[in-house]
Amino acid sequence: MTPPQSRTHSLEVVDLQLGYGDREVIESLDLVIPPGRMTAIVGPNACGKSTLLRSMSRLLAPKRGQVLLDGEQVHRLPAKEVARTLGLLPQSPIAPEGITVADLVGRGRHPHQSIFSRWSKDDDIAVAAALQATETVDLADRPVDELSGGQRQRVWIAMSLAQQTDLLLLDEPTTFLDVSHQVEVLDLLTDLNRVRGTTVVMVLHDLNMAARYADHLIALSDGRLHAAGPPDQVLTVDMIRTVFGLESRVIVDPTSGQPLMLPMGRHHRNDSSTDRPADVASSERWAPSPSTRGEDDRRGH
Amino acid sequence: MTVLDHRTEPDVAVLRRPARARAAWLLVAVGVLLVVMLASVAIGSRAVSWSEVWAALGGAQDTLGEAAVSKRIPRTLLAVLVGAALALAGAVMQGVTRNPLADPGILGVNMGASLAVVIGIAYFQMTSPTSFIWVAIAGSAASAVFVYAVGSLGRGGATPLKLALAGAASSAAFASLVSGVVLGRNDIAGGVTSWQIGGVGGATYEKLGYMVPFLAVGFVICVLSARGLNSLALGDELAAGLGQNVAVTRAVAAFGAVVLCGASTAIAGPIAFVGLVVPHACRMLFGADHRWVLPMSAVIGAALLTAGDVVGRVIARPQEIDVGIITAFLGAPVFIYIVRRQKVREL
Amino acid sequence: MEVLEAVTDDRIDRRVDAIAESVARSRARRSVRRRVVIALLGVSVIVVFAITLMVGNTFYSPSEVVRVILGHEVDGATFTVGRLRLPRGVLAVAAGACFGFGGVTFQTMLRNPLASPDIIGITSGAGAAAAFAIVMLSLSETQVSIFAIAAGLGVALLVYTLSFKDGVAGTRLILIGIGIAAMLNSVTAYVLSQAAEWDLQQATRWLAGSLNGSTWSDTVPVLVAMTVLVPVLLIQARNLTMTQLGDDTAGALGVRVERTRIIAIVAAVGLIAFATAACGPIAFVAFLSGPIAARIVGTTGSLLIPSALVGALLVQVADLCGQFAFDTRYPVGVITGVLGAPYLIYLIVRTNRAGGSL
Repeated sequence: MTPPQSRTHSLEVVDLQLGYGDREVIESLDLVIPPGRMTAIVGPNACGKSTLLRSMSRLLAPKRGQVLLDGEQVHRLPAKEVARTLGLLPQSPIAPEGITVADLVGRGRHPHQSIFSRWSKDDDIAVAAALQATETVDLADRPVDELSGGQRQRVWIAMSLAQQTDLLLLDEPTTFLDVSHQVEVLDLLTDLNRVRGTTVVMVLHDLNMAARYADHLIALSDGRLHAAGPPDQVLTVDMIRTVFGLESRVIVDPTSGQPLMLPMGRHHRNDSSTDRPADVASSERWAPSPSTRGEDDRRGH
Repeated sequence: MTVLDHRTEPDVAVLRRPARARAAWLLVAVGVLLVVMLASVAIGSRAVSWSEVWAALGGAQDTLGEAAVSKRIPRTLLAVLVGAALALAGAVMQGVTRNPLADPGILGVNMGASLAVVIGIAYFQMTSPTSFIWVAIAGSAASAVFVYAVGSLGRGGATPLKLALAGAASSAAFASLVSGVVLGRNDIAGGVTSWQIGGVGGATYEKLGYMVPFLAVGFVICVLSARGLNSLALGDELAAGLGQNVAVTRAVAAFGAVVLCGASTAIAGPIAFVGLVVPHACRMLFGADHRWVLPMSAVIGAALLTAGDVVGRVIARPQEIDVGIITAFLGAPVFIYIVRRQKVREL
Repeated sequence: MEVLEAVTDDRIDRRVDAIAESVARSRARRSVRRRVVIALLGVSVIVVFAITLMVGNTFYSPSEVVRVILGHEVDGATFTVGRLRLPRGVLAVAAGACFGFGGVTFQTMLRNPLASPDIIGITSGAGAAAAFAIVMLSLSETQVSIFAIAAGLGVALLVYTLSFKDGVAGTRLILIGIGIAAMLNSVTAYVLSQAAEWDLQQATRWLAGSLNGSTWSDTVPVLVAMTVLVPVLLIQARNLTMTQLGDDTAGALGVRVERTRIIAIVAAVGLIAFATAACGPIAFVAFLSGPIAARIVGTTGSLLIPSALVGALLVQVADLCGQFAFDTRYPVGVITGVLGAPYLIYLIVRTNRAGGSL
């Protein structure tokens, strides 16, 4: 699991306040993104996840506090310099009409080029490597408009890869994808993390996918940090109740050993209360190792 | 909190109470309209005394003042009719397209009517006002169908942006065709400029007479389709689920709106934004029920256009500014306000 | 060679090299096509320019034309070619290029082929100001130009400010532009309704866009504006292309989106306004150049230069048609208007059907 590369950059957020106009989205936030790891940010709709990503990638200036990239304020650094270290894939990027896959991926080379520099061999190799890594080589000359949702998402990730950043931020990379494509995209990001040591930060809606793929989970609630830490410490019944207002059970995922959340609507609570010992017992039958505790209301730090 | 646990009857009085308030508002609006109409006959470039106004309203034309007032009467009536027609048409179009920016001017319907009339004059030797009205209605219908069809192609149906763009672009295209026709024909150039700007200055009883039957048909169709529009507001699927024939409702209501636009444009020229502003104001005051919004729009639209005409007569004395310009200056800011209020994703 | 270090497996390295080669090949293919198309467009502009100098009521041979350009005195030709045809021909190319540059800048920036200055009020602003200046203030040509340019920039600023709300969204800007345009068009219509007969004719022709009676005093300001503004725009070309990916994506790739946008808007509006002041808003040239250029060049690289060439060619050809194809002489704007309208409608249909980026 330890990344083979040590070229990792640090990204942290200190006393960050964010908002649009008078509207405050993030009140005050302190975060450290663990370098070389996969981090997932979870939280209910409109809790400021995307806003946080935008600010971490220099797109939105903080109202107070700072985002530190290798200890330097990201909003004071030149845009292109940041873009060579840190990439962001927004939730709904726009493909210009008729553009081919190779051209779109090539757009990811922008931060490495200047006004006068021409397209170089390095650029070609970076594009090729990105196509290769995302298995989109065969699509290279096809127009992006014609691709399926899953293919298109891989192409966008390829564009971010061509940017060759050690930090990659992704805003809901799996929305609008069916479950097999979701897994495909997350597997791809995991490859990237393990092979190249890229630090991946992604906003995910699906708590179980987040717990399964992330090394580090950040739960936001109402513009504040609710919990951060390894998934088995963050994804708890208590967290889900406080952050999402949802009753649930958390068991151990038999395939990954990570916590697995089972939502319980009004009709599935029966007569049992959520913290019944029997539930723990039943979940522990699934547990592959006694070391991971399924249902435990430990709150993260 | 289970919804179904509430077995008690809902409080019906709550639903009825606003009706009384709405009726009161409607009376207020009618009152305002009457005041504005009176102002419209009383105010003009020549100052007249109240006694002359009353005498002229009684039919006297003995003094110069009375004569001036009696000339203002058809003009006032035209403003009232056109204002009511355009506001009603706008309200119906917004309902039919479920689109807050629908307006006969913005959607290019008025320009379509103008193009049709100009072509009629230039190539078919049209001269009578009735033929103008028929051709204008045909032109508005064709352009309404065209713009809506174009605007609703592709993903997401007729979004406000696509519809407005289709309308604006078609307007621009129609306008350049109009100038293409006109610039080649010096003989008709003078008569045609009045098709570029809307006004009620040229009103006569004769013109009113040509227009009224068309407007009457349009008014009736539009008001009768109020209930259908309420269903449409819920979305096509839901409306169909409620037993509404979506296509027929939409076609009938749109036809009514098009007749109103065509007839008004044929007599008064293209007047934009009345159909946008008034229904919005009405919805803010009275909620979304078309059974109230439509009649209220008609009354307030009549008052607005009449008042606009009075303002246009007063602010640039001794010249007159056509009411079409006044409404554009009144309406464009409201349009921008509405656009700014929308969320980007909904545009 | 960072990539090679990053990829651990040698087998993959070799494969990447092969892919890189094929990527490079297909990119080279597209860029050859681009260069050929640009060269062809450039040659066409020059050929048509030569034709406009030779052809007219009197035909002058190429050698006579060349002698006039070199400053020799040739009977008749010195006046007809030097004073009438040359400024007109140069203005056709310059104005067409300005409209092409300006239009495609807005279309690229707002990610919508319909978002050209003709639609979002810029041209209407310059037009209304010029009509006002001609009819109400009876200003001289230069003053009219200044008026039109100030108004064009003012309207651009107004539209931009009004659409600012957590940043500028392209869709909002387009709609607000449409609203402002409607207001300005009514001003123009009012001004024209107040015009005296003679003024009216001049103003109407001007509004349709016309090259009739162009002199060097019309043409020179446009050329000066181009030497200043075109380089500014070309420096932004790559950033502008990047903004097509959406503001956030472009920003994350190191483009300073707001800054790019403001520079591009000022440069584009300047070009449009100068051209408009010189010969009126020639209908739909700004609108059509970009999409036509995109059609023939493909999507590789910036569309600025190809669009400018297409714009120049459009205006040249339309002006030739307007002068000689019919019994009556039509101003160039009527020709581009009548030809452009169907294409515009086709464009809306196609854009919406494809889903576009709306």
